Amino acid sequence: MNFKGRNIVSITDLSREEIEYILKVAKDMRPFHDGGKVSKSLEGKILATFFFEPSTRTRLSFETAMFRLGGNVIGFSDISATSVKKGETLADTIRMGDAYADAVVLRHPNEGSARLAAQFSTKPVINGGDGAGQHPTQTLLDLFTIQSEKGNIDGNHIALVGDLKYGRTVHSLAEALMHFDVKLTFVAPKQLQMPKEVVEHVRASGLELDVCDDLGKVADVADILYVTRIQKERFVDVEEYRKVANIFRVDMELLESTKDDLVIMHPLPRVDEIAPEVDKSQKAAYFRQANNGVLVRMALLQLVLTGVGL
Amino acid sequence: MKVRRIKNGTVIDHITSGMALRVVDILGLGSHNESILSIVMNVPTGNGGTKDIVKVENRELKKSEVDRIALIAPEATINLIRFSKVTNKLTVELPEEVHAIVECKNKNCITNQHEPVEHWFSVISREPLRLQCKYCEREAEDIASCLI
Ligand SMILES: [Zn+2]
Repeated sequence: MNFKGRNIVSITDLSREEIEYILKVAKDMRPFHDGGKVSKSLEGKILATFFFEPSTRTRLSFETAMFRLGGNVIGFSDISATSVKKGETLADTIRMGDAYADAVVLRHPNEGSARLAAQFSTKPVINGGDGAGQHPTQTLLDLFTIQSEKGNIDGNHIALVGDLKYGRTVHSLAEALMHFDVKLTFVAPKQLQMPKEVVEHVRASGLELDVCDDLGKVADVADILYVTRIQKERFVDVEEYRKVANIFRVDMELLESTKDDLVIMHPLPRVDEIAPEVDKSQKAAYFRQANNGVLVRMALLQLVLTGVGL
Repeated sequence: MKVRRIKNGTVIDHITSGMALRVVDILGLGSHNESILSIVMNVPTGNGGTKDIVKVENRELKKSEVDRIALIAPEATINLIRFSKVTNKLTVELPEEVHAIVECKNKNCITNQHEPVEHWFSVISREPLRLQCKYCEREAEDIASCLI
C-alpha cells in the first residue's frame, strides 16, 4: 500500500484496508508524540497550512505532528493579509503553495475546496475541513480512538448522539463505519435526525441500524456514545432548545446505568451536552480522543511524504 | 424545405424534441466548428410525437462524444455515414461521469465560487438517475433543472 504523494480529501476515498493501515501507522507514532522518542523522518520537509478560516485545534494538531517528525511548517490562518482578499482564486493560491511546500493542509469554508486543491496541486493535499463537507482527519482520529479504547472497531454498538442533521463529523463517521462490522444507533431529536441519504446508505450497506430519540434506552446497551453538540441557533424557539438540550445531555445520572466499559467520545469543543463531572470518569474518552488527533496526523504526513510508516 | 442527405459524416436522430440546439452546444458543434451542420426540429414521428435531428458533415463523432448527450437526449441514435451509406449505428449511453452538463446547486460548493473548474458529477445510479457532485459530494436534486 503506497500513500506517497496521495491526496487525503474524503474518507469515502479510503478502503477498509487503507484505513486500518493508517491506524496502524498512527499507533506506532505514540512513542514519538508522548513517549520521549525522537524522530527526524520528515527533516527537510515543509508543510504548508492554508487556513482560510480559523480552526486553532486542527492547525495546532497538524503543526505539532509535523514538528514531532522533524519537519517545518509555513502557512497562514488569517486571510486578511493575503492576496486571497484581493480576489485570488483558490486554484492560484494552491499553485503558489505548491512551489514552496512538500505537502499542503487546507481548511476552507467552501465544500469541495480540497478536491479542487488536489486537482491543482502537484504535492499531496490533506483536507483539514471543507465547509460543511469532509474532515477526514477527524474521522480517522475517531476511528483510531474507538480502536485504541476498545481494542477493535468490529463488534461494537456505537450510538451517534445529538445534532446528526448538521454535524458533518457524524456523517463522515457513519460513512466510514460502514466498512466495519458494527451496530449503529442514531439518537437525535426528530428535527435534528440523520439525513435520509445517510440512513438509506447505512441500511443498504447491511449494517444493523436503529434510529431513535431516546438517549436513556440506548445508553444502557451501547459500547460507545459519540456525543455532538446541539446548537441553539438550530431552534426558533429557545424553550424548545432548552428542553431538547436537557434530554440529550450526558451526566452522572445517565452514566449509572451504562456498561462498565462504555466509552464516551466527543469531537470537541464541548459546551453543555456533557456535564463537567463526567470528565473524571474513566468512561470519558474525549480528551484522549483529541490527543489522538496528533498521532493520526503524524501518520498521514509520514505516509504521504515518505510512503512508509516509522 | 428538405434537408439534404449527407455523403459523409454523422446523423444524430431521435433527439428529444426541442433539444437539438443543446445537443449542438454540448458536442461543441457550434461556433468553432468547421463542419456543415443541419438542424431539423419538431419532425413528426410515426407514433404521433416529434423529434429533432442533427446532421454533421464530414465528421464522424466518437462514442465518448455522443455519450455526453445521454442526459438530455437519452433516446438518440447515431448513424455514421460513409459514401451515403450507414456504416455504423450507435446508441447513447450514460457515462460514469458527466462534465459541464449539469451544475451543482449548492451555493457553497467550490464550483460556484469563480474557480477555473467545470461542474463535474459522478453517476451513482442509472435507474433511477442519481448524480453526485465530485467536489461537494452533494446529490443533484431535480436533475432537469440543473442542466447548464
Ligand atoms: Zn457541488
